Amino acid sequence: MAPQTYSRRAFVFGSAAVAGGIAFGLYGDPVQAATASDNPLTAGLGPNSATFNPWVEISPAKITLIAQHADIGQGVGSVQVILIAEEMDLDPGQFEIRFAGPSPAYFNTGFADEFAPFVAADQSPAAEEARAATLEYLRKTGLQMTGGSSTIPDTYQKLRVAGAVARETLKAAAAKRAGVAVADLRTQSGNVILPDGKKIAYLDLAADAAQIAPVLDAKPRDPSQWRMLGKPMTRLDVRSKVMGELKFGIDMRMDGMLYASVKLNPNKGQPLKSYDASKAHTMPGVKKILEIKNGVAVVATNSWYAMEAVAAIDCEWAPSAYPAEQADHWKVLEASFKPEFLGKEWRKIGDVEAGLKAGTRVEAEYRAPYLAHQPLEPLNGMGLVTDKGMEIWVGHQSPQFVQNIAAAAIGLKPEQVTFHNQWTGGSFGHRLEYENVRVLAEIANQMRGTPIKLVFSREEDFLQDIPRQIAIARHKGSVDNGKIVAVDLQLASTPPLKGLLERSGIPSKDPDGQLAAGLWNVYYDIPNFRGTSYEAQGLSPSTTWRSVGASTAGFFTESFIDELIHAAGLDPMKARIAMCNVPTYRKVLETVAEMSDWKGPLGNGRGRGVAFVEAFGTPTAEVVEVTKTDQGIRIDKVWVAVDVGKVVDPVNFENQVQGGVVWGLGHAINCELTYAKGAVQQTNYNHHEAMRIYQCPVIEVRGLENDPKVRGVGEPPVPPAAPALANAIFAATGQRIREMPFNKFIDFV
Amino acid sequence: MIELTVNGTKHQVDVVPEMPLLWVLRDELGITSPKYGCGVAQCGACTVQIDGMAVRSCQAHIGEIAGKSVVTLEGLEKRDQHPVLQAWIEHQVPQCGYCQTGQIMQAISLLDLIAQPTDEDINEVMSGNLCRCGTYPRIRAAIHAAAAKKMAEK
Repeated sequence: MAPQTYSRRAFVFGSAAVAGGIAFGLYGDPVQAATASDNPLTAGLGPNSATFNPWVEISPAKITLIAQHADIGQGVGSVQVILIAEEMDLDPGQFEIRFAGPSPAYFNTGFADEFAPFVAADQSPAAEEARAATLEYLRKTGLQMTGGSSTIPDTYQKLRVAGAVARETLKAAAAKRAGVAVADLRTQSGNVILPDGKKIAYLDLAADAAQIAPVLDAKPRDPSQWRMLGKPMTRLDVRSKVMGELKFGIDMRMDGMLYASVKLNPNKGQPLKSYDASKAHTMPGVKKILEIKNGVAVVATNSWYAMEAVAAIDCEWAPSAYPAEQADHWKVLEASFKPEFLGKEWRKIGDVEAGLKAGTRVEAEYRAPYLAHQPLEPLNGMGLVTDKGMEIWVGHQSPQFVQNIAAAAIGLKPEQVTFHNQWTGGSFGHRLEYENVRVLAEIANQMRGTPIKLVFSREEDFLQDIPRQIAIARHKGSVDNGKIVAVDLQLASTPPLKGLLERSGIPSKDPDGQLAAGLWNVYYDIPNFRGTSYEAQGLSPSTTWRSVGASTAGFFTESFIDELIHAAGLDPMKARIAMCNVPTYRKVLETVAEMSDWKGPLGNGRGRGVAFVEAFGTPTAEVVEVTKTDQGIRIDKVWVAVDVGKVVDPVNFENQVQGGVVWGLGHAINCELTYAKGAVQQTNYNHHEAMRIYQCPVIEVRGLENDPKVRGVGEPPVPPAAPALANAIFAATGQRIREMPFNKFIDFV
Repeated sequence: MIELTVNGTKHQVDVVPEMPLLWVLRDELGITSPKYGCGVAQCGACTVQIDGMAVRSCQAHIGEIAGKSVVTLEGLEKRDQHPVLQAWIEHQVPQCGYCQTGQIMQAISLLDLIAQPTDEDINEVMSGNLCRCGTYPRIRAAIHAAAAKKMAEK
């Protein structure tokens, strides 16, 4: 790595944990951390049942494996429990899956790398020490959250250890009962096998295992012994999803329930001033019309009656705190490149001012709009409030914050809110926010004793969707003698992570670390480099959207690098490979060059672009090939190389990468959210279409395993897609597109 | 009371005739494979068959389909062996899975119309079905595989 200057205090979550060099040894074993006393499964155990850690529960009737990360379509409802089942020698069908309730035992160790103030490729002792300190901070706070492509980094080791502990404890129980040595036992398909070949089912050992101490020094197996992991296994939820049998949150039913829908102030965060529900009162199925904090709700005998009636209510809203019109959002951003809005100078190498004076100067401005998440399952939830407290059934990525938000809305203590996580029809960051949670608590509280099923209409979901950050980049660079000599990357953006943390009740005064993503983690040998973020004030609230900061900065940086490479007269692929200063990352670029058989310009209206971005520790290189046709640009093919250290679930891996590319391309081409009169103008998919199948290219994927750490893959394939496409369009047409959505500037087939 | 037949079973529902079939199926009858995604025929997640044709159930008013036969994914004949569902499982198409029941119902209709669809045919017929997770490459592969399966069975 090139020399870098970092501030050691730059934690997103605060700096308390960094003080004093904290040793490593204590943090390595999350299973040990969750001792019997703080294992949340202990309290709910039935008779003759055992739990060895927060992820495994065995009764005489069934084995239950706990998925602590929410399944938002990324497949972790399957792979988490397979990590355990692999070590326990359980087969699919021999256990049930249950989503975890809120507990600090499920703190996310996977955030340690992302939150420590070092770029991912820096694995120096100082960087590792900071990551260990961050991990300790995470342990103390007990933060349980799905996000940041962290499920596999968090669980890869700890769930295999959890499974190994369960296996060895069951063997110890069997050894005791049969009077034989543990070393003479083996396990297979849910049984302990005795030396004489007789089997004792795990279920039969539950009561015995409950009487002995868990075998905590159990070791997970070497990957060479895996039966399921690393092989093309079938996701456990595939069949039930194809058969239409899997119940999503929105499919839940309860006896005696009523249905609710809402109309909330589209000026996000502002209250209701007045309303007229005279028409709604007379509409079919309407049971109750309720005023809530920032809007109105209708409770009815089915969802459609509730939606129709709530649409018929006239509301007067308090105006927005942010600019009412989109043009003024851009003006605020344009005026944010000033010292008083400085987020942070994230990285500085060499003498940027001197470097910019040498050779040929290149300057460019880039823009990226607000975007909606809009998973296909709209926001919903089931809630029941009684004198004892609230039960809430909702698909969400942050169980503890669901408790806090619901409790605060109706004057309960967090522990009085019982949360049941649900399978969800996508998220992309949407289910990290709380629009539905607070509203559901308010409605259920006014309808005490009646289960309330809340469903947002698609239009309401769009209007309340807290968008992806909006951003402008003003980049400068210079090239001399066929080399990039200086790069000065500056962007102004709304802060997505800071906003989420504030709404989650843990406000941070530190610079938004997500605005560094894609801006400072640039792995090219450039002797003079600076990356700076500015945080625009007073604009729309913004939040995390699949790949977060890198979704905008990755586009800006990799487009600008392409412009500099062009100015230097170099080949976009060869130049990136030559400049890349991390050997494993260079291999990712070389792999995508080999996959695409990159040989320079194609001609005849065809063009290829390449982009490379490391996001959440995962380096991804993509090549996009396009053809200029009479109907517009056609995206023909995409090649993707990704290094995740270990491909744990290969089929799902490929599906995630393809989906990430589709997400990145589709929104770059077709989507923006714009404000008018304080509300977003796009309220259904015809205004915010992203990609449909007719635009979807062939996407070829290869996973590499050279990174010494195991990485996630849900988000990293997104950021390179847009710049690779823009660079391909430049190669095919000579037109540089510097603003998303691209269809404002060029037609697509 | 409005009478309708769903998956071979007769039901009577006491709702207004303008109510969309989608919500009758989901909220009144508890049949949940048709999904609410957009309410305006932009996503295809609510696709069912009415008298054998793929229809967006969010656009079909219950008053207009009284007496007709509605089939949802739950009611497909020999569902476990259905070549389209089999292909969907073999190709592991779903991610979140929310759109997939609608995708499958549309794909069945496509293969009823065109036994060996080209990529262009697939684009034409499947572009009304939105998938936010981006499973399109697998949807395409599964449709081709299902077509081959159906031909082999003949």
